[in-house]
Amino acid sequence: MALPDAASMMLAAAVGLVVIGFAGLMMSRHLYRLLLSLVIAEAGANLLLVMAGYRADAIAPIFTADASMPIGMVDPIPQAMVLTAIVIGVGVQALALAMIIRIRNHYGTLDMMELKARMQDEFAQLGQSATLPSKQEQTDAQ
Amino acid sequence: MSDLLVFVIVMMTLVAALSALILPNFLAATAATTVVSLGVAVMFVLLQAPDVAMTEAVVGVGLSALILALGLKRLGLWQLDLKADKEDAD
Amino acid sequence: MLQFFPLLFSAGLLFLLTIVTGLLPFAQAPMLAGQGVLYDGIASTGAANLVTAVVLGYRGIDTLMELTILFAAAAAGSLAFSRVRRSAGLIAEPPYILDKAIGFLLPLLLVTGFYVILHGHLTPGGGFQGGVLLASAIFLPVLSRSSAQLNHEVISLIEGLAGVTFIVIGLLALYQQGAFLQPLFDHGVFGSLLSAGSLPVLYLAVGLKVGAELAGLLSTLAAEGGEDGTA
Repeated sequence: MALPDAASMMLAAAVGLVVIGFAGLMMSRHLYRLLLSLVIAEAGANLLLVMAGYRADAIAPIFTADASMPIGMVDPIPQAMVLTAIVIGVGVQALALAMIIRIRNHYGTLDMMELKARMQDEFAQLGQSATLPSKQEQTDAQ
Repeated sequence: MSDLLVFVIVMMTLVAALSALILPNFLAATAATTVVSLGVAVMFVLLQAPDVAMTEAVVGVGLSALILALGLKRLGLWQLDLKADKEDAD
Repeated sequence: MLQFFPLLFSAGLLFLLTIVTGLLPFAQAPMLAGQGVLYDGIASTGAANLVTAVVLGYRGIDTLMELTILFAAAAAGSLAFSRVRRSAGLIAEPPYILDKAIGFLLPLLLVTGFYVILHGHLTPGGGFQGGVLLASAIFLPVLSRSSAQLNHEVISLIEGLAGVTFIVIGLLALYQQGAFLQPLFDHGVFGSLLSAGSLPVLYLAVGLKVGAELAGLLSTLAAEGGEDGTA
């Protein structure tokens, strides 16, 4: 069985990870699974960025005793960008987790349908002025 | 030989990503996400990017997994037994 | 869980990404700016690791902004927990293996972390990788011993001083050579530890800041609330 070459397979993996991450973001009902989908989508996007600087039959952009200029080297600029992107990604994940913990402590659940019902209840208890406008009121206002 | 290796790693990463969304046990889903980060780190090595591979391995497998595990404990989702989930749901 | 419209959107996204990446010349990168960096990197900065040269020499302001974003995330994370930290540790009775293993790993982690930071301009590595290693080295005793508490004042002091050092070196470069964060000092002998001018010092500042910040963030996440998330 003939396999496609390595670069095409890794490209397929990057695209697949981004699509799986996005699908999970849209279709998950539990907030924690939303966070996991975010992690997967970020990993796929970083892989796609590094592949943009790849050149076949080239080596890593580090000068050692036996690696001099005539041999081709891969592009170092996307790698520097992805270094930044990975660290920022972990900062975003930590902040998202902090917000999820606060939501759980306040509302007691992490399921999105349940959360929506409890938020509506809370708004209704706060009084008429604090409710979100319903569809009827929106069309009346226009 | 090396194409077969890349194929195995790509398949492992994609299957782990799918199972992170499907598995009902949250601890297993977190472990699957860590496997995705590990697969991506190995792919960075194959793409001649050792700096990025080291960063992804340390941050994705070490730091992000630690943050997610601490969050699991604080959210009360740390259950080792799948049967316990089903019994609670019924 | 499987709804129709998100699946349709995912299929459309897959189609779009496949077509776009199929049209682009992957594995034959044009490398217009990268070629300039490859030819000029050693003469400009003196670093053997060209990714370090790009991160600190060519794109130093990006690194400064990244440190700011990390600081904002850590600060917002600790703001999200508004209650007083508990005095008890994470585990009431640490297992024997955890205790001894962490005692064995701690000096190894510290040495490896500082090695990776200081050799960032010669071998793959640098401030962020070594900083995360240092963060785990600082945070692990909190996990294992019930009485160990992270001294948040000292952590904040280290983080603040490291950040100020980064900016002061940049301002010094502005004063001496007319450009903020221009690589300073003599280039030294290529390939030795004390080469590449101010780049190792910058990476040391970055590593210490990232390490202290992430250790503080982990400790905040670990010490918040009760055992199972009850308020």
